[in-house]
Amino acid sequence: MADAAADAAREVWITGVGVVSTLGEGVQAHWQGLNAPPRAADPATWAPFIIHPLAALDLDKQIPKKGDQRQMEAWQRIGTYAAGLALDSAGAKGNAELLARMDMIVAAGGGERDAAVDTTILSGLRTSERPEAFLNERLMNDLRPTLFLAQLSNLLAGNISIVHGVTGSSRTFMGQESAGVDAVRIAHARLQAGQSEIALVGGAYNADQIAALLHFAMGRCLWKGELRPVWDRAGAGGMALGSLGAFLVLEESRHAAARGAKPLARLSTVVSSHVKRRAGAVTAALAQMWSTIAPRRAAHGLAVISGATGVEPATSEERAFLSAQGGIAMRATGSHLGHALEAQFPMNIALAAIALEQGRLFHSFDRSGLEHAMDEPLRQVAVTSIGHWRGEGLALLEALDERMIHDVPSRSRR
Amino acid sequence: MTSHRDHAGRPIVVVTGMGVVTSLGVGIADNWRRLAAGESGIHAITRFATEGLKTRIAGTIDFVQIEQLSSPELSERLAEMVAEAAIAQAAIGTRGDFPGPLFLAVPPIELEWPQRRMLAEAAGANGTITNQDLLRGADTGRFDSFYRRFTFASVADGLTERFGTKGSPISLSTACASGASAIQLGIEAIRRGEAEATLCIGTDGSVNPESLVRFSLLSALSTANDPPQAAAKPFSKNRDGFVMAEGAAALVLESLEHAVARGAKPLGVIEGCGEMADSFHRTRSSPDGKPIIGCIGNAIADAGLTPDDIDYINPHGTGTPENDKMEGLAAAAVFGERAKRLPMSSNKSMIGHTLSAAGAVEAVFTLLTLEHQTLPPTINYQIPDPALQLDVVPNVARAARVRHALSNSFGFGGQNVSLVVAREPM
Repeated sequence: MADAAADAAREVWITGVGVVSTLGEGVQAHWQGLNAPPRAADPATWAPFIIHPLAALDLDKQIPKKGDQRQMEAWQRIGTYAAGLALDSAGAKGNAELLARMDMIVAAGGGERDAAVDTTILSGLRTSERPEAFLNERLMNDLRPTLFLAQLSNLLAGNISIVHGVTGSSRTFMGQESAGVDAVRIAHARLQAGQSEIALVGGAYNADQIAALLHFAMGRCLWKGELRPVWDRAGAGGMALGSLGAFLVLEESRHAAARGAKPLARLSTVVSSHVKRRAGAVTAALAQMWSTIAPRRAAHGLAVISGATGVEPATSEERAFLSAQGGIAMRATGSHLGHALEAQFPMNIALAAIALEQGRLFHSFDRSGLEHAMDEPLRQVAVTSIGHWRGEGLALLEALDERMIHDVPSRSRR
Repeated sequence: MTSHRDHAGRPIVVVTGMGVVTSLGVGIADNWRRLAAGESGIHAITRFATEGLKTRIAGTIDFVQIEQLSSPELSERLAEMVAEAAIAQAAIGTRGDFPGPLFLAVPPIELEWPQRRMLAEAAGANGTITNQDLLRGADTGRFDSFYRRFTFASVADGLTERFGTKGSPISLSTACASGASAIQLGIEAIRRGEAEATLCIGTDGSVNPESLVRFSLLSALSTANDPPQAAAKPFSKNRDGFVMAEGAAALVLESLEHAVARGAKPLGVIEGCGEMADSFHRTRSSPDGKPIIGCIGNAIADAGLTPDDIDYINPHGTGTPENDKMEGLAAAAVFGERAKRLPMSSNKSMIGHTLSAAGAVEAVFTLLTLEHQTLPPTINYQIPDPALQLDVVPNVARAARVRHALSNSFGFGGQNVSLVVAREPM
């Protein structure tokens, strides 16, 4: 594999997207969903907190073996399903030769637990004379052996290998929003440098589980009360978690052209940052990252798809920064989908690619007055990530003309 | 002037600093001395009560004092210790200002039982505890420190702040291959020209009752509790599982050109890396061994070598019946008849399986094997497995000529990584 100094002719195209969320599954459901008022969230199951539940999926369509479905917890099923959609979309599903050399980077959390076992043990521990021995005994007897495999972060990738046959390589990044940003960044950098030719990258999140809610409740970063757009959550703000899965097939342009794959968009730039969140830090990080896409910015047709979480003051800093960039239309998908940590950035890249393929930005139903309409054709989308605590990232996607797609010289194999 | 580029025209990647901590002790010198002497760091667990558990031994690190012990807390502390040592040896950057990115192999993080119990108590529930009680406890505002500590990104964040690594730190998991994956990401960043130096760390301080039970329920652990030092017996006929252990290792990787320019002494070369995932099963290898055979082959090819060039293998060698069988099979497939004579000794017989750290710890030990031209043994090798015709360097270290060595890491979930390491640039 030649990782020689980046070959200027190498471009990275998005040739497949797979998305599932509260809006349903697939490109059409998301395009229609984003062009309609946000669906009702679920304020009851985890009150006082709100989640955006996943739409019902017919799992058999992407995970045909019931045995495989049983071996996974919800986040793994969501991700394996979305990965299957992405492979379908890229025309790669079932192509054993291609899948055997397809690289994979998954952005994952993990740690889904058996809540019934946990609460039963906690109840018992209160009255136990010998709590340590009691804990050992209950864990040995009550934990399902296979639950461990449903908890391990790297086992979403493992399940994608097993169910879909992606085996070129398999890496799992952890670390909330930053994992999603860096998964896309590293996959992109490897493609650009000739270390990879095709890669599956994405993540999944299940908001409908106690471990997720507990964690962010401890950090007091969850929104309570009537749901508002992410731009418009006063005070300390807060997240409404969302269940979703998003995978992308990224491909070196000549590789894609040679196999006749139809790209949705070009992924031109992916950068990440890491700052301690003091006042102004988010603004500074955004300014630094924005400067990397500025040289490519076209005169017309740029929009922003934001991963704003609703957590303050980060969201306000992002809002102010983007508002100062010359009236760019922006959309925060969190108002529709909720926030899904590791999976949010891959999802927003997928949604940007879908919009570029449609040639226009989706409508806004934002009541904050920030998201204005965009009438001109969509040519570029900047996707932001300002994670709830860490995880700053920015990507630039660009529309591909028919001409550009056909002019790519077929790949010369070295 | 020697070339700074490898066979494929890429920057040559060298190691200029190393740090290690295992149950054998702290630092390169102590670890190597005890490893070469065939000593075991495995002992009875004293950190928590083991009553009712089938496995009561581990390679825990008990000599590092932690105030609020938890897996992320200990993992971060161990990573700090080894990074400190590696950066000092490399004498790179200035204090708190490492001139490159961080790649960190770290165990998955979640709330642990002591913290979960505190949430339940904070809710003040009487009788049966429910999820709503826990949520109410969590929402009291008293647990921000738990939130921070059990946030996945927090370990890398702490290390980034302390050592001043550049850019967004990457925390990763490929299960038992994680440490090797961290090194691989570091190599790739240097080869891309993105960085001149990278800090690659594998760390794991996750031995607690639930993690032990989870592996135990998968029948992955040795139950030969007495004596603890004899439990880990890779490649033996009576091997019965691995022994959980803690540890960490850090490597400063650098382009040869950068190292030479600043007068740093290369400790070894990472010549190649390879990977291949397995799609067969969540915990078992494909019966034909193709993924691990392919993984090893990819690493050797990436190094621009052939199997004949490999003089020593630091295997994954966990001591589970399945792993060692598959690894023997893969060696026979890759090295042919030579597999019977090619030395292959498992550090895990002495330090146990350091899980997320293992790939990094064993890369460091492989580099030390090259430096000392001495093969550490596979201890506890009393009953050879007739099905595995291998030279496991039984029980006693020995001198050997080693130019190129292979280090294998194979993870649950089918994630396999191999590294090829040499003493000097070719």
